[in-house]
Amino acid sequence: MELIAVKNLSAWFGEFQALKNISLVAERHEVVALIGPSGCGKSTFVRCLNRLHEEVPGGHLQGEVWLDGQNIYAPGVDPVNVRRGVGMVFQKPNPFPGMSIFENVSVGLRLAGISKRAVLAEKVEQALRQAVLWDEVKDVLKRPGTSLSGGQQQRLCIARALAVEPPVILMDEPTSALDPISTAKIEELIQELKERVTVVIVTHNMQQAARISDRTAFFLLGELVEYGKTDQVFTQPQDERTERYITGRFG
Amino acid sequence: MTRHFDLELKDLKSLLLKMGGYVEKSIEQASLLVIRREPWRFREVQASEIEINLLNKEVDHLCFCLLAKQAPVAKDLRFILAVVKINVDLERMGDQAVNIGYAGVDYVRRPMINITQEMSDMTERVRLMVRDSLDALVNRDVELSRLILERDEIVDQYKARLLDYLQDLMVHDRTLVESALDLIMIARNMERLADHATNIAEEVIFLATGEDVRHKGARLKEVNGG
Repeated sequence: MELIAVKNLSAWFGEFQALKNISLVAERHEVVALIGPSGCGKSTFVRCLNRLHEEVPGGHLQGEVWLDGQNIYAPGVDPVNVRRGVGMVFQKPNPFPGMSIFENVSVGLRLAGISKRAVLAEKVEQALRQAVLWDEVKDVLKRPGTSLSGGQQQRLCIARALAVEPPVILMDEPTSALDPISTAKIEELIQELKERVTVVIVTHNMQQAARISDRTAFFLLGELVEYGKTDQVFTQPQDERTERYITGRFG
Repeated sequence: MTRHFDLELKDLKSLLLKMGGYVEKSIEQASLLVIRREPWRFREVQASEIEINLLNKEVDHLCFCLLAKQAPVAKDLRFILAVVKINVDLERMGDQAVNIGYAGVDYVRRPMINITQEMSDMTERVRLMVRDSLDALVNRDVELSRLILERDEIVDQYKARLLDYLQDLMVHDRTLVESALDLIMIARNMERLADHATNIAEEVIFLATGEDVRHKGARLKEVNGG
């Protein structure tokens, strides 16, 4: 069964319709890349997958988002619980200020009710290893998260998201503030992560989508123009608009 | 950190080597068919060709996707371009083994011509050239590749000698014309197989060093009036 199933999703900022009747499914253990020009709705879409869109003033939506068999917009569903179950990584690394590296990764676990030091330590190590950061920070876990380099901070944020073992991690342009080496590390990491989680990534960098994703969705003016296997989208796109966008002939 | 791309390149190499394995097998079976006059071996040649053709498409598709998705540069780009070309060579080699098979099946129904040793030596040389070209590819072995280029000349000489002998035979004994024509076809295809192995060796040199050694021999012959 698919892990994510979006059905007829439309989203607005006040009067402005940012997403128009989007339907899309994603399987477990896949990397799904969302591409499209600025303002096409890809970031809005990803924010609908963890109920962040409704936090924006005027943000509202219609339609269904099924995550692991549950409609996250069904009446009675607590958005805070939804967000706990869906990790999110943003463009700019945002380790919690004033918290150590250890605390940054363990905070989600504490919120989930885990307090035993040994369990926390084990899970923090596991998350940091999965984020390929452990070897770099294992001796400095008490240092502030903000003391790390940009690329390390982003991997710390990924470790923080992984710690609570969510089925899905959303990434909104996670490498656009990083140098090429850090970007390459994050890209490799994403491809390893899919053994454990489904990754939905918004990227401005088409080549990045091509390199790391299994499926690619092309958004334009709030519409989902094309969604298919990345191999196919980047070799034989079905829609002329996708072809023009990925070959740089747009506008 | 291992690049995910490296794993894909490794897969590509494995596919190409699998294809090379079928090509070698096919050449071996086609040669034995002719030398031992065992027509049943043609089925083996045809079975290998089916696999070679499937792999040909698979390798092509993978190269196509990797070029589109990874935008490879430098060594990675040279490797994928070399694979694209070697893939064409291997597919043609599969066809040539089948051609040898067809001619061989005809030949074994006709009177025998006693050139078994010469033909056997030539086919063995060709088979080794093919094997070595694939080994050179695996190990990016420039030295071995250069040796293969030299060995191509020897196979050409074998073919020339066989053709002279067979033409002469046809003039003197009309009952052997058809058999001789089959063997000429076989020798030509053998020589083409060696040419393809040479192409692979040239690609390996390009892959390992960036040096393009193609057509240099021909140019030299032209200049020397050869």
